[in-house]
Amino acid sequence: MIKTDALIIGAGPTGLFTAHQLKLIGLNCEVVDNLDKIGGQCIELYPDKPIYDIPAIPECTGEELTNNLIEQLKPFNIKFHLNQRVDEVKKNNNYWEVKTNKGLEFEAPNIIIAGGVGSFEPRKFPIKECEKYENISLFYSVKDKSIFKGKTVSIFGGGDSALDWAIELSKNSSINLIHRREEFRGVPSSVEKVLELSKKGKINLFTNYQMKSVKGSKNLDSIEIIHDDNNIKNLKTDYILGFFGLIMQLGPIANWGLNLNKKTIEVDTEKFETNQKGIYAVGDICNYPGKLKLILSGFHEGALAARACFKLARPDETYRFEFTTSSKSIKKRLGVKE
Amino acid sequence: MAKITYIEHTGKSHTIDVKSGLSVMEGAVQNNIPGIDADCGGGMACATCHVYVKEEWFNKIPPKNEGEDDMLDQAYKPQKNSRLSCQIEVSDNIDGLEVNLPEKQI
Repeated sequence: MIKTDALIIGAGPTGLFTAHQLKLIGLNCEVVDNLDKIGGQCIELYPDKPIYDIPAIPECTGEELTNNLIEQLKPFNIKFHLNQRVDEVKKNNNYWEVKTNKGLEFEAPNIIIAGGVGSFEPRKFPIKECEKYENISLFYSVKDKSIFKGKTVSIFGGGDSALDWAIELSKNSSINLIHRREEFRGVPSSVEKVLELSKKGKINLFTNYQMKSVKGSKNLDSIEIIHDDNNIKNLKTDYILGFFGLIMQLGPIANWGLNLNKKTIEVDTEKFETNQKGIYAVGDICNYPGKLKLILSGFHEGALAARACFKLARPDETYRFEFTTSSKSIKKRLGVKE
Repeated sequence: MAKITYIEHTGKSHTIDVKSGLSVMEGAVQNNIPGIDADCGGGMACATCHVYVKEEWFNKIPPKNEGEDDMLDQAYKPQKNSRLSCQIEVSDNIDGLEVNLPEKQI
């Protein structure tokens, strides 16, 4: 059980700056995120796209913004728990008990949800029967590539994950690469490599095809793929890999007893607290009259929620507002000389 | 101004006057039409405003932007006539456009 003053759910820009604000006022915090890296949508959806409306930064990309926020957190040594999703939130006296899908447990008086549009999950095949084989012979990520050795693997998708795995696995497996159109969106060098391997007969390429059905009993036997012109092909296959990118889903947050409005959480504008005492929501996921889904709004919301956390984390102390330019205690926390 | 018809997966149809300059996605969101999520808010960074454009309209509307097909690869059940509705700008020229909404977006 990890004890902390505030647990932040979401390591996007809002979650990162909220962590900064908590540490600045002397509170501890830990951060959980379902992605395998820090940065949220900024790093997953638009690392290269320039952003023009961060105050005092005329132009920066999603990746630059993330790197700068991480740099700003450097004095604080904050613990990030990546690759896991918060599944359960339960009240226990004055604390919230939190469990992740990987079995991590936290105890905190405050939870700050900075979850954007929810957690990133792989886009799955739209065909119901695929579920039967999920994590047995159908995967949306590769954890142990040795299982594919000497087998036939059908890979779906047109991005870098699909191309990279097709190239890598073609060394020891028979590969079908299936994509819904002619063009691949992966880096040009990978596309070239795949086309070259296809010419050599190392990869069987099927473009303008999509999954139609899966066949088999306990074990997967074959798949049917369908061309845009309705021509159907049957492919014997041992394994299926699907790489259709990530989608964002609110997920378990919907079960925590919070007032929701579509995919957002209702909060007040003083503390950015939800209808549950000690649970706050900041950034794109929160909703209040006049809410703007801007990064700068997330920063403001996080700063206020952090102050609200103080009261529950240090019930016997009084919060004192201080400036970073003049406060001795803040400078000490930042590790800067006066 | 253009009349845009959004047809839900169930067949329920909504015809709305949408101002020129807005996107087909914004027309749907502003009028609370179910079936278009637009999670990223029109940034072409997700595929949750996915629509199917009626064949007779597909070649009449402005063509796909660079990168739009990359996002459509990640949509739910993309087809030849798939578009991201955030990338279709409304103008008088598309008055009468009909789009079908997929069964779901995520």
